[in-house]
Amino acid sequence: MSFFGFGQNAEIDIVLNDADTRKKAEHKTEDGKKDKYFLFFDGETVSGKVNVTLKTPGKRLEHYGIKIEFVGQIELYYDRGNHHEFVSLVKDLARPGELSQSQSFDFEFTHVEKPYESYTGQNVKLRYFLRATVSRRLNDIIKEMDIVVQTLCTYPELNSSIKMEVGIEDCLHIEFEYNKSKYHLRDVIVGKIYFLLVRIKIKHMEIDIIKRETTGTGPSVYHENDTIAKYEIMDGAPVRGESIPIRLFLAGYELTPTMRDINKKFSVRYYLNLVLIDEEERRYFKQQEITLWRKGDIVRKSMSQQAAIASQRFEGSHCENMSAQAREDSN
Amino acid sequence: MSEPTVADTRRLNSKPQDLTDAYGPPSNFLEIDVYDPQTIGVGRNRFTTYEVRMRTNLPIFKLKDSCVRRRYSDFEWLKNELERDSKIVVPPLPGKALKRQLPFRGDEGIFEDSFIEERRSGLEQFINRIAGHPLAQNERCLHMFLQDESIDRNYIPGKVRQ
Repeated sequence: MSFFGFGQNAEIDIVLNDADTRKKAEHKTEDGKKDKYFLFFDGETVSGKVNVTLKTPGKRLEHYGIKIEFVGQIELYYDRGNHHEFVSLVKDLARPGELSQSQSFDFEFTHVEKPYESYTGQNVKLRYFLRATVSRRLNDIIKEMDIVVQTLCTYPELNSSIKMEVGIEDCLHIEFEYNKSKYHLRDVIVGKIYFLLVRIKIKHMEIDIIKRETTGTGPSVYHENDTIAKYEIMDGAPVRGESIPIRLFLAGYELTPTMRDINKKFSVRYYLNLVLIDEEERRYFKQQEITLWRKGDIVRKSMSQQAAIASQRFEGSHCENMSAQAREDSN
Repeated sequence: MSEPTVADTRRLNSKPQDLTDAYGPPSNFLEIDVYDPQTIGVGRNRFTTYEVRMRTNLPIFKLKDSCVRRRYSDFEWLKNELERDSKIVVPPLPGKALKRQLPFRGDEGIFEDSFIEERRSGLEQFINRIAGHPLAQNERCLHMFLQDESIDRNYIPGKVRQ
C-alpha cells in the first residue's frame, strides 16, 4: 500500500490446503451480517500457503521479513485497544531480503490448541484468525483470514431434571419441572407446570429463553440480557390440579453453548424464564439457569434402530394394539 | 436436515386432575361493584358517595360479601396509603376535576350526571385492579376501605396476616 506510486507493491493471499474438503460454518459479524468461515476444532492442524503476488512485474519487492501468525484473541468492545491473546503462534516464512517474482510459502501449525468457541456478542468478541505479514520500512502488507472454532461435547454423565415448587404465599403455588438441566443446541425442552393453588386470575403463560452476556470483573461487571425466544404455553385461566405440558424445540433459535468465565474475561449463560400474566397485566416469573452444549455430528444409526426408538414413543399411550402394530412394522 | 437420532419428546408424567378441582368453583373469585351514586347535602357542601360492594371467595378477606359507602376523597386516601406503604405501582384514579368545581359554570359541575358516571366507572376499574394485587391484599388500609363501615384515618398502618 505505497502512497507515492513508486516502489513495488504486492498482494497477499492465504489459502488453506484443505479448502476443498473443509466445512464452512455461518457466523454472525459485529454488525449483524452472517458470513461463512472455515470450521476448525480443537487440536486440528492449520496448514496452507501464503501467496505473495507482486503488482508491478519486473520490479523487486524489498522486505524486512515475511511471517504468518495464528492468533486467538478476546476483544472487549469498551476496551478496543487491548486485545487479550490466549493463543499466539508464529512461523517465519522468509528472512529479510528481496522478492524478484511472485512467490508461494507453505506453512503448518500442527495440532493447534483452540480451547474456546468463536463468539461474537453484544460487548465482546472472541475470534481466531491467520495473519500474514510482509514487513517493510514504511508500512507492512498485512492479510488476515478469520476462521470459526466450535467446541464439541458428548452427552453429560449427570443430567438431572429441574423440579421446583414456587409461588406467592396463599396466592399462587406452582410446581415446574424441566426434563434436563443440560441441553444440546438441537435438543427439546420437555417439561410441565402443575398448578397447586390458583387464587389470581391468570390470562396466559409463556416461557422465555434469556441469554446473559457478562463482561468485566470486580466492580465493573456488566450484564447484557437478551430475550432470544418467547413461547406461549398456555392461554386461559388454569385451576388447581391442572398440568400444562411444555415442548420447546431449541433448533429454531440462535443459541451458542454456555460459556463460563472464558479466559476470566466473559461469560455467556442461558436462562429459562417462566412467566405468568394475569388479567391486569401483572407478571409473575421464575428464572432458572440451563446449560447449553454443542453436540458433534455422530454416525447415523441403522434404520431398524431408528424405527425401534420411534416405536417406543407410542409406549404408554392409550391403545395397546397401536404400540404392538408399530413394533411389528419396524421389524 | 435429518437428525441421526430421534428426540424424546414424550410428555412428563403428571397426576390426573381431581374432578372436583376441575369443575368446582374457581378459588380466584373477586368482584367489586361501584354503583348507586348519591349526592348528599346542599349548596356548596354537597358531595357524592358511591356504594362499594365486594364479593369474593379469597380467604384473605374476612367477609365474603361486604357493602360500604365511599366518596372520592376516600379513594384518594387509599391510593396515598398504598403508595406510601407498599412497593406497588398504584393504578391511576379518575381525574380530580378541579375545573368543574369553579363557579360560573353553565352545568352542574361535579354533580353533572355524565361526569358522575365517568367517575364511577373509573373508580370501579381502580378498585378492581388494586384489590386483585397480591401485595395490596396484605395491606390493612385496603381491608379497612373495603370492609369496615367507616375509614378511621387515625388507624395504625400495617400488614394483614392470614
